Amino acid sequence: MSSRREILDLLRENARYTTEDIARLTDYSENEVAEIIDEFEEAGVIRGYGAVIDWNAVETDEERVRATVELNVTLDRETSYDDISHRIAKFPEVTSLRLVSGDYDFDLEVEGDSMREVSHFISDKIAPIPEITQTVTHYIMESYKEQGMEFDDHDDDDRLSVSP
Amino acid sequence: MTFEAADRVDSVPPSGIRRFFELAEEMDDIISLGVGEPDFSAPWAAREAAIASLERGQTSYTANRGKRELRERIADYEASTHSLQYDPDEEILVTAGASEGLDLAFRALLNPGDSIAIAQPCYVSYVPGATFAGIDVIDVPTRAEDEFKLTREVLESSGAAEADALVYCYPNNPTGATMTAEEMASVAAFCRDNDLLVFADEIYADLTYEHDHTSIATLPGMRERTVVFNGFSKAFAMTGFRLGYAMAPPEAIEAMNRIHQYSMLSAPTTAQHAAIEALDTCRDEVTEMAAQYDRRRKYVLTRFEEMGLDCFPAAGAFYAFPECPWDDAGEFAESLLQEEQVAVVPGTAFGEGGSGHLRVSYATGLDDLKAAMARIESFLK
Repeated sequence: MSSRREILDLLRENARYTTEDIARLTDYSENEVAEIIDEFEEAGVIRGYGAVIDWNAVETDEERVRATVELNVTLDRETSYDDISHRIAKFPEVTSLRLVSGDYDFDLEVEGDSMREVSHFISDKIAPIPEITQTVTHYIMESYKEQGMEFDDHDDDDRLSVSP
Repeated sequence: MTFEAADRVDSVPPSGIRRFFELAEEMDDIISLGVGEPDFSAPWAAREAAIASLERGQTSYTANRGKRELRERIADYEASTHSLQYDPDEEILVTAGASEGLDLAFRALLNPGDSIAIAQPCYVSYVPGATFAGIDVIDVPTRAEDEFKLTREVLESSGAAEADALVYCYPNNPTGATMTAEEMASVAAFCRDNDLLVFADEIYADLTYEHDHTSIATLPGMRERTVVFNGFSKAFAMTGFRLGYAMAPPEAIEAMNRIHQYSMLSAPTTAQHAAIEALDTCRDEVTEMAAQYDRRRKYVLTRFEEMGLDCFPAAGAFYAFPECPWDDAGEFAESLLQEEQVAVVPGTAFGEGGSGHLRVSYATGLDDLKAAMARIESFLK
């Protein structure tokens, strides 16, 4: 028997599956699939749908630069992690923001059109936030796997076209 | 003096699959639903273990029966997943694929002139394997109205009671049929009543979707007369490693090993290292692959229903076995290949009982599967 969780797995695998596709892949009817997806969306379980893009493969003159930034912060009685995260997450340049364990507090992902733009953003918008004590920026040089998808997995199908 | 094939070789025709393979190979851009192996690669940890063993220089023969560490793990795995209890020292033989194991059983446990009942349609090697061993074949064609399950009725009507042994494969290639515990019990009763040995090919055991797999060797009075075959090709997606195993009482394994030690010496060493890792750490991947096959199975069965193609709800392996809408399934498959570039295999390639049907493998990525179904639908119109 299919579970509601399976619908999440399928959408995560390919957000472009139609409700008809998902119904054929599970024990649910198309109407049930549509209802369950609506419920997931309303409950905030599904937060959005996006494509996984290999920006290096995009044929354009525009550069797309991404960096991960390690942030250290100090807290006081009035300021919590949540308060700081709200201030940072609002910037459109910030594509992901996570509180992590270890040597630093926040793990930030930033996107921009050039290295210059990204470094200006960090120095002008992020570093001056009073609670932030340190930033370490790592520019992403090459991406091999994003959101579970390998960009070059070398797993070409070399099976015989017909076999017993 | 010139070379001529020996009579027992000459009497076996080339595989019926061959012709479709040759046709398909000549064409570009085909989507093949004719493949009898997983589309997944072997789990990465198993591949890494193979590489690491090569780096350590572990390239020598192993014990004839296979590395003891591997046999121990096989014993644990079969006990925990299929309730089978076999002693790693005396009752397990690691072979070069389950196919080698079956060949060994035919030659080591039956005499020329003995007869074997073969449940069909079936994997292409059973009938030739028995013939090479000089064994007479009794065809046991399973029926579409029984959803290609083996029943006491078809066993009786085909004369299987006279046979010395019975060989079958469930979950089945090519039909995708499975047997429940109850259905298997009636086959077991028939084998006990008529004193048949059983060669149970369980290579697809972990790809059973609607109910638990029941090994016949777990049923009363069956362990002593059964050889169970399994391996790493299907559930672990390790076909090219060529690694399987046979499990049976000591005297059967001893006899099979007598041939194996002279003809094969030992199963491939690198593959044995990969298999140890596969059993240690890759079970989650097996579960995930099985979940993917199950989704595709539902997709294919639903699409066939939408197209009006008659297909029983195949519940195992990675095959569906719809009824062919044309009288001649071979002609249908050839036209489908030429007009829509989709390869399927006519059921006749798998022996008696397969005629009028098509084997459709869903060991293919979902995008290709969707496209192939759309092409079949347009071909039918």
